[in-house]
Amino acid sequence: MIQFIGKGVYGAIAMGNVSIFKKQDTVVKRVHAEDTEAEKKRVIAAREASAQQLKEIYDKALKEVGETHAQIFDIHIMMLDDDDYNESIENIIDTQSVNAEYAVAVTADNFAQMFSSMDDAYMQARAADVKDISNRIIANLTGAISPETLSNDKMIICADDLAPSETVALDKEKVLAFVTAHGSSNSHTAILARNMNIPAVIGVGDDFLAKIKNGDEAIVDGFTGEIFINPDNATKEKMLQKQKEDEDKKRLLQELKGKENVTLDGTKINIFANIGSVDNIGAVLVNDAGGIGLFRSEFLYLENADYPTEEQQFSAYKKVLESMANKKVIIRTLDIGADKQVDYFKLKKEENPALGYRAIRICLKRPEIFKTQLRALYRASVFGNLGIMFPMITSVSELEKILEICNIVKLELQAQKIEYSDNIELGIMIETPAAAIISDRLAPMVDFFSVGTNDLTQYTLACDRQNSDIEEFVDTHHEAILRLIEMSAVNAHKHGAWIGICGELAADTTLTENFLQMGIDELSVSPTFVLKVRDAVRKINLKK
Amino acid sequence: MKTFNYTIKDEVGIHARPAGLLAKKAKEFESTITIQKGEKSVNATKLMMLMGLGVKCGETVTITVEGADEEKAAVEMEAFFNENL
Repeated sequence: MIQFIGKGVYGAIAMGNVSIFKKQDTVVKRVHAEDTEAEKKRVIAAREASAQQLKEIYDKALKEVGETHAQIFDIHIMMLDDDDYNESIENIIDTQSVNAEYAVAVTADNFAQMFSSMDDAYMQARAADVKDISNRIIANLTGAISPETLSNDKMIICADDLAPSETVALDKEKVLAFVTAHGSSNSHTAILARNMNIPAVIGVGDDFLAKIKNGDEAIVDGFTGEIFINPDNATKEKMLQKQKEDEDKKRLLQELKGKENVTLDGTKINIFANIGSVDNIGAVLVNDAGGIGLFRSEFLYLENADYPTEEQQFSAYKKVLESMANKKVIIRTLDIGADKQVDYFKLKKEENPALGYRAIRICLKRPEIFKTQLRALYRASVFGNLGIMFPMITSVSELEKILEICNIVKLELQAQKIEYSDNIELGIMIETPAAAIISDRLAPMVDFFSVGTNDLTQYTLACDRQNSDIEEFVDTHHEAILRLIEMSAVNAHKHGAWIGICGELAADTTLTENFLQMGIDELSVSPTFVLKVRDAVRKINLKK
Repeated sequence: MKTFNYTIKDEVGIHARPAGLLAKKAKEFESTITIQKGEKSVNATKLMMLMGLGVKCGETVTITVEGADEEKAAVEMEAFFNENL
């Protein structure tokens, strides 16, 4: 196995055989021409033929990649028509009495040189466009133009570099991937590959073509830019798996993006995403989540060397709310302690941190930290559709204290004439058995519940999450847990609250039907699982 | 003669696509349209020179229109810049 690495320009995986794409030999000889008028006429004819071919390529590109990206060929046609370019060719023929081919080649070099010397990567890449059209004219002059012939099988096209027109002219049905030794990710070829949804890796290196031959087995990983030539079995297996996952994901995206989360009998459910940082918002949007069901605010504390200020927090929350454009964003207040230690909190080491000083317990004993976070959240609330969620609740009196602090924060903001939204939803995590059992008393005090199944499992089954020796005792489908969830759902609905699940169990599609039957209103899962769960929901029929 | 200044807002500047459109647009008029950046000026119908000018986002160019239909051409060129660049 030989391995190469370049720059992936379209993320997908292809496996197949290598076909080396040889360019027409464009070595142009300088030949003395007696009849310069005849040479000039040859250029005009070759230019017209080139324009006609480019028009055909434009039409093909229009169908395959759309107008925006097909326009480059329209520009190529206009470049053919450029006065300076053509005057230069004629001038060289006239003054040097040379053949048309040579005049075109020299002109091409001069113009390409102009672009290459510009201090802008984008413009530098335009040199390739000049070369592309000029090579076409030369090929028409010498009669060397011929459609690229490929065998009937789908192939991995390997080339030194590909011009945009060569990329589009290739029969897409026969191309598994493009790999080029050179080229930039700014090139139109890279852009076209992305738009044709063909895995492509560029800039693999000078020795690439020397080390491969036609028919070699190859795997192209457009995500990492890796190329494996004659891969071993372990690599093949690994890449097959990766390819399958990618294809499943893309199929789901294709089929399910923009579709409703609705069962065959018409029951609807919200599918939201769990994230832990502002950087994950892109993944939420790409995977078409209906909102953010759990935004862990810990990153603000973990990233900092000291308590994050109200302003720091405000700008992070504002950013999330604005990016989600009025879709629901549920931000969970500080959940530090136990497994997530932060130095400046100066928490004592504990024998049993899962049952210790953590989350809301810290907030209630140190309300100044809690109030800073709440002020930042309330201030940010005017920029979107905010829900605030409190973790680790075990009693009514805790919740009373929390709601009282929320009121104090609101009164302070009012006194300072600082705006906040009237539509903030307040909710609690159901992650202790105690909270589930008294959910009938908690539900009237809040707008929503969100079940944290990881902790709920740990506390209900008395199984430490960190201890791998007891894994076999951790039955996440344990009837006790499902009953606690159902009990919480019934109580939530009885008191007009809605209920979601934001733990790992939410993404377990073997339970989706149970959750729908319990009347769960929302499932919040990691962004990459949103469409998998949507797929499961859409196949369920509750009336069957 | 009509003259106006324009500051490029398009992120990549006068790159291939807008340059192509601009050259096409400029050919619609009888008037000679020149684009000037600093010391250099080029005829707007000349695509490659226009691209070679390398106008980037945030840079200001001066557009000069001279000829029989300069009134109409200046108005339309200004609209073109606002819309595409």
